[in-house]
Amino acid sequence: MATDFTFPDSGAKVASARTEAATGATGEFQTEKMSLSMGPSHPSTHGVLRLQMELDGEILTKADPVIGYLHRGDEKIAENMTYNQFVPYTDRLDYLAPLANNMAYAIAVERLVKLEVPARCQAIRVLTAEMARISSHLMGLGAFALDVGAWSVLLYCLEEREKLYKLFEELTGARFTTSYTRIGGLARDVPEGWLGRVNVFCDQFLPNLEEMLSLLTRNKIFMDRTVGVGVITKADALAYGLTGPNLRGSGVPLDLRKDKPYSGYEQYEFDVPVGSTGDCYDRYLVRGEEMRQAVRIIRQVITKFPGGPWYATDARKIFAPPKDKVLTSMEELIQNFMLVTEGPQMPAGEVYFEAENPKGILGFFIVSKGGGVPWRLKIRSPSFCNLSILPKICVGCLISDVVSILGSLDFVMGECDR
Amino acid sequence: MSADTTTALKAKFPQVTDRPSSDHPAVNVPVADLFAALQYLRDERAFDLLMDLTAVDWAEGVSPRFTIVYHLYSTSSASYVRVAANCANDAGPAVPSMVSLWPGANWHERECYDMFGIKFEGHPDLRRILMWDSYPYHPLRKEFPLAGIETPLSDPEITQETGTAAIAAPMAGGPFVAAPGEINMTEGEPRAKDESWADRRARPDQTELRQVKD
Repeated sequence: MATDFTFPDSGAKVASARTEAATGATGEFQTEKMSLSMGPSHPSTHGVLRLQMELDGEILTKADPVIGYLHRGDEKIAENMTYNQFVPYTDRLDYLAPLANNMAYAIAVERLVKLEVPARCQAIRVLTAEMARISSHLMGLGAFALDVGAWSVLLYCLEEREKLYKLFEELTGARFTTSYTRIGGLARDVPEGWLGRVNVFCDQFLPNLEEMLSLLTRNKIFMDRTVGVGVITKADALAYGLTGPNLRGSGVPLDLRKDKPYSGYEQYEFDVPVGSTGDCYDRYLVRGEEMRQAVRIIRQVITKFPGGPWYATDARKIFAPPKDKVLTSMEELIQNFMLVTEGPQMPAGEVYFEAENPKGILGFFIVSKGGGVPWRLKIRSPSFCNLSILPKICVGCLISDVVSILGSLDFVMGECDR
Repeated sequence: MSADTTTALKAKFPQVTDRPSSDHPAVNVPVADLFAALQYLRDERAFDLLMDLTAVDWAEGVSPRFTIVYHLYSTSSASYVRVAANCANDAGPAVPSMVSLWPGANWHERECYDMFGIKFEGHPDLRRILMWDSYPYHPLRKEFPLAGIETPLSDPEITQETGTAAIAAPMAGGPFVAAPGEINMTEGEPRAKDESWADRRARPDQTELRQVKD
């Protein structure tokens, strides 16, 4: 006996639920709403994001991100320590690109005291920030691919990232929490032969990157999961303060390295890739191209690597003198003592500096009353702003689309919650 | 362009004054003009991105105590402007919400409310964002100790079962830093900023701290 089932057309159901979600009207398919909590420990929420979702079948009618699980009070801590003591805390903001955070923080404090660091120091900072960009995008790409079902891409990405971490370890002594910058300079100069090894990395990285991207770019499954999913319009991206690859994926060519160059970015040639539709696939393409451009910048830095001092030698009240001098000369010993105990002496004033980090624009707003301790330090974190658009773009999506969207936004909760 | 912006803003709103600044053009705007001034900057001067919104607490007893600071960025002219407004009422500071101008202000304002207890009038959903909803303090206020204050956990059931609470961090006397802006050598010498552990000052009591609730 043949059973006569009639299945509703799933396409029509999705369309009707989307109109219902948008207009609030109840249509032909009346279902009971279900609420579902995703996270804070869910593999696709990349850390401790929790999404409180309201579902109609498999379609989201409401999404409320719950954040704060990784809140450590970095801004309060900053008010209670000297400027240099805060450098290790910046590692723990976007912990996938600590070198870029270190640089943004150091430049912000240097702007406060109007200190220009020497060309060699600037070049090293640019070099490390671009290496951090590659390592952050590799992790973002690998995790995104993993979320939508492509296991192997993650392994390729981690292998390349490991090579970068070896280079970071040689430069800074740490693989993850680098704490490499100081106010007015760096922790140390580049080791001998290190630039050559970075160059070797670049040579082998580009073909490997092409291989990795070729696993995804024309992959039917990957395209089905990402093309046309999580579309962010230009106007929405600006209204919600999105920055970085997420804003550029929506077609806004805002890149502070081009628009407000800092640390000598104006000397290097690179292109700013932008997307056309602002969907998950565009954000993926933008990140892929940014890695190629980062390699381009790294090569230019190595080619024109300047000589000279690697810290501001004339800023005696800002940068601690070299250790060999501290142990042999009275003047330097006192200077070192004052810097360690009272911190680098800053004038009173306010400064706001933003840097183009891998995840977006990282800003530091510092209010100083003079002395070695900030009165107020506000961190404008890109992940916080990028996530604030979730309630807007998730409505009308399938649950599986949410996974794609989260992967494509590439956020880090350490930075979002601070 | 940047100097034009502040001049034009001052011409349109006579109450607006220049704010000392060493990096970006900056203005002080009275709270009454704040919404109109920011709307003018967005619509007429093409400051399309609200980059940052935060508050500064100038310490208890200082009046005005809270200043709210906006940083706007224009993608067309690649320039910033800083807009600051002093909150009039030190005990119950309130400013208009900018969510209708920039939807992205939503989370920034929730964070500012969470950390400082500043009310944003007209905000669609002014809840805490980083701390849990029943948390009684505003941690970035200057009187809040660095170590934190013992507070019951967010879920009363868990509190009852486990008998635990969110406890103040053991500071062990640190961190040792100099106070900002001190000129007197004795006062300026490095010491533990959070002195709640020392004999010099009694540990702040729960009742001592103003509990700002809705």
